[in-house]
Amino acid sequence: MSDDEFPADPSIYTADDPAAPLDAEAERPVGGIAAGLAGAEQASFVAPRPLRADVWRRFRQNRLAMAGLVFLAFVVLVAIFAPWIAPYGFDERTSGAFREAPSMDHWFGTDTIGLDVFSRVVYGARISLKVGFVATIMAVTIGLVLGAIAGFAGGRTDNLIMRFTDIFLAIPYIILAIAVATIFGQSVNSVILVLGLTGWLGICRIVRASFLALSRLEYVEAARALGFSKTRIIFRHMLPNALQPIIVYATIGIGSIILAEAALSFLGVGPVFPTPAWGLMVSEAKSTLAVAPHMLFFPGMAIFLTVLSFVFIGDGLRDALDPKLK
Amino acid sequence: MLSYTIRRLLLVIPTVFFALSFLFLLFFALPGDPANLIAGGGDRNPDPIVIQQVEERYGLNDPLIVQFKDYWVRTVQWDLGESFSDRQSVNEILGEKAVNSLRLAFWAILIEIVVGISVGVLSAVRRYSLADKLTTVGTAALSAVPVFVLGFILQYVFAVYPNKQGWPDWMKLRTSGLGPDTWAFFFIPTGEQWRYLILPAVTLACVSTALAARMTRGSMLEVLRADYMRTARAKGLGERQVIYGHGLRNAMLPVITLIGIDFGTVIGAAVLTETVYSWPGLGSEIANAITDRDLPVLLGLTLAVTIAFSLTNLVVDLSYAWFDPRIRLGEEASA
Repeated sequence: MSDDEFPADPSIYTADDPAAPLDAEAERPVGGIAAGLAGAEQASFVAPRPLRADVWRRFRQNRLAMAGLVFLAFVVLVAIFAPWIAPYGFDERTSGAFREAPSMDHWFGTDTIGLDVFSRVVYGARISLKVGFVATIMAVTIGLVLGAIAGFAGGRTDNLIMRFTDIFLAIPYIILAIAVATIFGQSVNSVILVLGLTGWLGICRIVRASFLALSRLEYVEAARALGFSKTRIIFRHMLPNALQPIIVYATIGIGSIILAEAALSFLGVGPVFPTPAWGLMVSEAKSTLAVAPHMLFFPGMAIFLTVLSFVFIGDGLRDALDPKLK
Repeated sequence: MLSYTIRRLLLVIPTVFFALSFLFLLFFALPGDPANLIAGGGDRNPDPIVIQQVEERYGLNDPLIVQFKDYWVRTVQWDLGESFSDRQSVNEILGEKAVNSLRLAFWAILIEIVVGISVGVLSAVRRYSLADKLTTVGTAALSAVPVFVLGFILQYVFAVYPNKQGWPDWMKLRTSGLGPDTWAFFFIPTGEQWRYLILPAVTLACVSTALAARMTRGSMLEVLRADYMRTARAKGLGERQVIYGHGLRNAMLPVITLIGIDFGTVIGAAVLTETVYSWPGLGSEIANAITDRDLPVLLGLTLAVTIAFSLTNLVVDLSYAWFDPRIRLGEEASA
């Protein structure tokens, strides 16, 4: 490789991100140094809230993010209409076809006891999405409240909450989840509880950091001086401005929670048979890998594509919300 | 630096103490009644007399506070108890399995550092090139594959399929177990050992390599825009010197943190990877302990892993503060 090919970075002169040259014209109303300076100044404070229409326009231009969104919409529809889409029930034994390769009758083949893999994958979408969304909402709520209190109150309260967070962060995540799951028993709802109760640590730290930064700003001081209640300042004045990283983190977080759910199911601390959880289906397939790889491939692919679409959507949102970051 | 080190060290002790106490309470105080589990397990309704004997033997009838005290007295003396299922000492299990896990993790982290960082740097330096786009999509994809699915796919492609097709022996990889257990200098596989090591190591490395590459790319892009890069160019330094001499060194700071924190990811992934490949390490032992509801083993190994994890994080934090004086100065100013 030759280093001479590397062009001088144009951003040095504009101090603005050369962000996606595709939309450069549309993006910069006043080009050049003036815009660059304005950008640099804003960066030292909390980024301003972009207009919703702007965000959507930037998001739409990101092909990967749009692909993720379309695929996710597809999975949601599949989950909603599962009983109409699936040719068999998720625990309905078909006529004695065991570990049969994919065919016209069984699009994804059949499993060890003759259940239709396609139907189970279709119903599995319900479980993954439910766990992903509900557990993320739980985790975000806990993280948001604790993080906001820590960042807003500061001092001793802050210290206490953060040390509390450190304690749980000291245990590697999957082991923490396993430990809690061992106690809670094995059902979809307990998995939701486990992942919701263990997943808030990262978000708590993020929220705290942005609340710390926000509470030093003048408008918050002004709100305090006007005698508004703490709840009002936190939720009406500060939260909307701290929302950006939370949205991005939560979107990618849904994906990680679906992955964690699959891992727990795989390890046998998640839902039990005949629940059509994707991770569980992979785990059932492991002993018959040589003769029936389709039993592993389809549910594995379902997890992968669903999680990937959340990753792409999250990345796209981050770039769209704050084009300076990437 | 010294006072910072001491303060950080003092913080680790209560953190680990509370974390382990939490796990102890979780296992021994909540409804999942351990005596019932030892005597045969939940749904099987074991004989009440057996349960009583078990409770006496393991002191499970004592008030919780006494059990808690006993647990800590034993733990401080590094006595981790004995397995519920075969009464082997947990210390022995730990010693035996940790060696295998260390070897596997060593190779996985080596792959992560070498591949992750070089891919990240190249894709940042050649931003918007085809290779960069492929890296961005590829690393996102890798971070979305469940470790165990990846493991099974690699197993199928590199071992099951070649076996089915009757490929020559020298092309086949092994997918199950530790193998002949022959090592040189502790870490270097000798003889046929590499056939057993390569697939688990690659699988374990994959997720964290993707993360390291993304992180390096982001951090490198940031650095490439910095003023001192312009200064270095203005001084007339060659592009290679500017990027690798000035840029890379500064871009490495966040990556060091990531690799340290990643230790946690590696442990989590190890539980799955070792199970998939039946690699006899801490991870698969933890997975077995879950299936057998073997609480002392689970608690003992988790304890070891948590301590190791906290110490790694401490070392990472300290090295970070060592590299970047702003960190410790900032801490002291706000404390």
